[in-house]
Amino acid sequence: MDGEETAGLTNELMALRAANELEDGMYVNLGIGLPTMVSNWIEGRDIVLQAEIGFLEQGPFAEPDAVDQDLISAGAEPVTVLPGASFFSISESFAMIRGGYIDAAILGALQVSEKGDLASWNNPARKISDCGNIGGSMDLAVGAKKVIVIMEHTTRNGEPKILKECTYSLTAKGVVDLIITDLAVIEVADDGLVLKEIAPGLTPHQVQALTGAELRISEDLKEVEL
Amino acid sequence: MFGGFWYTGFPIELTQALVNKGTRKLTVIAQSVGVGNDLDILAENGQIRKAIVNYAFFPSPDKVTEFERQVRAHEIRCETYPMGTFIEKMRAGGSGIAGFYTPTGVGTIVAQGKEHRSFNGREHILEEALKADFTFVHAYKGDRKGNLLYRKAARNYNPEMAMAGKITIAEVENLVETGELDPDCIHTPGIYVQRVVKVERPTITFSFE
Repeated sequence: MDGEETAGLTNELMALRAANELEDGMYVNLGIGLPTMVSNWIEGRDIVLQAEIGFLEQGPFAEPDAVDQDLISAGAEPVTVLPGASFFSISESFAMIRGGYIDAAILGALQVSEKGDLASWNNPARKISDCGNIGGSMDLAVGAKKVIVIMEHTTRNGEPKILKECTYSLTAKGVVDLIITDLAVIEVADDGLVLKEIAPGLTPHQVQALTGAELRISEDLKEVEL
Repeated sequence: MFGGFWYTGFPIELTQALVNKGTRKLTVIAQSVGVGNDLDILAENGQIRKAIVNYAFFPSPDKVTEFERQVRAHEIRCETYPMGTFIEKMRAGGSGIAGFYTPTGVGTIVAQGKEHRSFNGREHILEEALKADFTFVHAYKGDRKGNLLYRKAARNYNPEMAMAGKITIAEVENLVETGELDPDCIHTPGIYVQRVVKVERPTITFSFE
């Protein structure tokens, strides 16, 4: 991009956009990393966060003087629970996830394909292909009713992360419903990717140039709604 | 098998005892080896031959466990499973079920070489049950019958791992007399637990990268 800084949403605003996608009454699982920030934007709303380590009604991070070592999130951070919480085993936690009880999962990703394939667990830079950090990602990707990916639009080197085919080891095939990046909101439709919203100051042409798959421009394309 | 997710619900004292004993050629089944628990000490002592985990390495490539070094050097064989599949293998192992079909992992490296079968139009893979000669768990309360009660998120992998161990040893923060635990509130019935050891409540310090 001629060395010019591209406009785009901050991580906080990407998280806010993802939070706006959630409806009241939903049971939601947030993946580790960037998706965790979505929790900052749903406080007070009727949305139940599931922690895959084994509880419902995850609350805000614990204050330093109120840390309970038996109460951590999937990202191993001390957290709190809200009224109405329940604790259970990881086996039951994944029964909920695979069983279709989780309305939405917001996950990070390394790559997403135009068919909704998700690659999120094995970065080839680690140079070890047959084992790694799968965590709960594969179960969430196939089990959640809606899968929302939140990630940077390109790698640090400016390479597209949205591609015709993923080149990294897959987490699941054909599971992603919506991609929220710093540059755009893209829906994974049956017939390909649809550019629905775009970050302020950008043109569809610029977003397409940073995307490795063809984007169909939505008839009601608008600026990202925050 | 070792219960615990990071240090929460992880059997610190029993792991130290195994380090002291020096038993070798172990197959270690745990959330991770050395990422947020003490199992890397077993790797440092050369006690591990194989590991079955869910989360193998630190996210940052700059933080390398001895376990990771040995996996890369092909000194330890490492199998990784999706979290739900991982614990379901133990639930099956502890329940007399030989295996199960799951949609998790279809189309990924996890499915390679496994039987595929379609149910109601959806592809599944066959995963086999897992048992262990010994399981170590950490509980908040236990009695002399082996009944266990876990606290909050420290329950995590412990109940199903307790079922899947031929010999399950529980370290408990509070050892109470038989009859003191409310039978309605027991998470792991004593039938799954062969030994109970009283330990002090551990102090876990959280340090994040």
